[in-house]
Amino acid sequence: MHDKTLTQLAAALQKSELSSRELTAHYLQRIEKADATLNSFISVTTEQALTQADAADQARARGKTNLLNGIPLALKDIFCTQGIKTSCGSKMLDNFVAPYNATVVEKLNEAGGITLGKTNMDEFAMGSSNENSHYGPVKNPWDLSAVPGGSSGGSAAAVAAGLTPAAFGTDTGGSIRQPASFCGITGLKPTYGRVSRYGIIAYASSLDQAGPMARTAEDCAHLLNVIAGHDARDSTSVARVVPDYAEALNAPLSGLKIGLPVEYFGDGLDPDVEKAVREAVKVYESLGASVREVSLPHTHYAIPAYYVIAPAEASSNLSRYDGVRFGHRCENPEDLIDLYKRSRDEGFGNEVKRRILIGTHTLSEGFFDAYYKKAQQVRRLIRQDFLNAFKDVDVLMGPASPTTAFELGAKKDPVSMYLQDIYTIAVNLAGIPGISVPAGFVGNRPVGLQILGTHFAEAQLLNVAHQFQQATDWHQKRPAFAEETA
Amino acid sequence: MALEETHVRRAAHLARLAISDDQASRFVDDLSQILDMVDQLQRIDTDGVAPLAHPLDATQRLRADEVTETNQRDTFQRCAPVVEDGLYLVPRVVE
Repeated sequence: MHDKTLTQLAAALQKSELSSRELTAHYLQRIEKADATLNSFISVTTEQALTQADAADQARARGKTNLLNGIPLALKDIFCTQGIKTSCGSKMLDNFVAPYNATVVEKLNEAGGITLGKTNMDEFAMGSSNENSHYGPVKNPWDLSAVPGGSSGGSAAAVAAGLTPAAFGTDTGGSIRQPASFCGITGLKPTYGRVSRYGIIAYASSLDQAGPMARTAEDCAHLLNVIAGHDARDSTSVARVVPDYAEALNAPLSGLKIGLPVEYFGDGLDPDVEKAVREAVKVYESLGASVREVSLPHTHYAIPAYYVIAPAEASSNLSRYDGVRFGHRCENPEDLIDLYKRSRDEGFGNEVKRRILIGTHTLSEGFFDAYYKKAQQVRRLIRQDFLNAFKDVDVLMGPASPTTAFELGAKKDPVSMYLQDIYTIAVNLAGIPGISVPAGFVGNRPVGLQILGTHFAEAQLLNVAHQFQQATDWHQKRPAFAEETA
Repeated sequence: MALEETHVRRAAHLARLAISDDQASRFVDDLSQILDMVDQLQRIDTDGVAPLAHPLDATQRLRADEVTETNQRDTFQRCAPVVEDGLYLVPRVVE
C-alpha cells in the first residue's frame, strides 16, 4: 500500500478498493513501527486521523469525489493546527496548542485530507540538516547515519520511508527542495505569494512559502491544486487565477529551452552529483529539449544577502515570543525585562539566537545601510539575473545541493552549514518557483535535480518534472529501510 | 566591520535575550564568521539600484475600515502562561 503514489491511492479509494480508514490505519501503524528510529514526527494525531478517515469514507459514500478525500497527509510542525500542538521544532512552543488553523490546513480539511501528524523540523525552520530541532535530529531513511536535510527534514524522511503518501513543508532558502533532494522525493517550492502564509509560523516573511513534498510531480500537482490561491488573510498572497496543475502534465517537451547556469556547476560541486545531473539533462535532450549555458552572475552573493535579510526579518517576527501571551515562560521572573530575557534565553536554541542577534545587529543604528539596505539592493540584482535568463530559456536546471546528504554531526560551524544552500537560496530572494526531482544516487544517497521557472510557472515545472518521471525510474526507488519496516 | 562583544551585548539587550559571559564570547566568534561572509556584499557596486523588499513588487491592498474579526479572548488566552480575569499577568511594572 505504502509503495503507491498519492495519485494511485486516490484512484483505489475512488474505486472503493480500500477505505480511507484502512489506508489511514496502515500508515499510522507504519509510523508506530518505524518512527522510533527515524524521529520524523513530533506529534502523531492517531485519534483525530481515524475520525477524519471515517468522515471521509462517509462523505465518499454520500458522493464526495475530491481526489484528496480520504488521503493521509503529514504537516510540518510549522502549520498551525487547531487543538493540536504546533511546536515549530522549538522548546519555546513546546506547550503551544494552536487556537486556529492555517489556511493550508483549512483547505486540506475541506478537501477531505487526513492529518496523520506534525513532522519534525529545524527550530523555527532555521537549518539545513534538521539537527537544530528541540525534538532531536531526524535520520535519513536511505542511510541512518546521514541527515535528511532541512528544515523540512521530517516531512521528507516520512515520505521517503513510506510513513505518509505526501507531506507539506515550507521553503525559505531551500527547506523543501534540499531535503527532497537528500531523501529522494519530489518537492516543490511555489512562487512567493502563490500559497497563503496565514497560520504558518513566520520565519522570514518576504521569503517563506509552503509547498508539497511527495513521490512524484503528478502527486505534487494534485496537492498544489488544493492549497494554491489568494487569501484575504495573507496580504502578500497573490490574486491570480489558479490553473489546474494536473492538466498540463502530459504536454510534450519538444522545443523546450533549458538553461544550465554556469555558476551552478562550478567549484564545490561534488563531481558525482554533477555527473548525475548532467545525465538527467541528457534525458531531456532525448525528449526533444535544447540545452544551452546561461549565467546568473550574482549567484555567489545570494548567501551573504540572505544572511542579512532572513535574520533581519526573523529578529522582528520572533519578537512576539515574550513569555506573556503564549509559549515558554521562565520561573520566578524578577521584573518584566527579566521575564522577557530569561523566557527567550531558555526557549530558543543556539541557531535561532544567532539569527536573532545577527538580525538585531544589522538592523541597528549605524549598521542598517551597510547591511540591510545593501542586501536588498543585491536582492534586486539577483532577481534580475533570473529575469534575464528567462528571456532566453524556459527553465533552468542544476543540482539542488552541491552534495548528497552529509553525515549527522558533520557540519560543526554555522557558515559551513549555510554554504550548503548555494543553489536554492537565490530562488527565494527572487521569489520564483523551483522543484527538486530524484535523478540518481551517489552510493546509497539520492541526488536531486533542481528545475527553476519564472514567476507563476508551476504548471510548466510540474510538466517538465513529470515528463522526466515518465522517462526514468529514480522516483520509484525505495530505501531498504522502508521494506524492513513493512 | 569587526564585531566586538559590546555589539553582541547591545543586540542581545535590544532583542531581550539573556546572555551569559560564556555565551557572549561564543556568539562573538560565531557572529564574526557570519558577518565576514556577509561582508562580500561590499564588493558589489549597487549605486542607483533600488532596494527590493518584496519579490513581486506588490503593493499593499486596501480594504474597507470595518470590523471583520470577532472577539475570541477566551480562546486566545487558553494558550497563555498566566491569566486572571481576562488579563495577562506579568511581574509588577510600577511600584
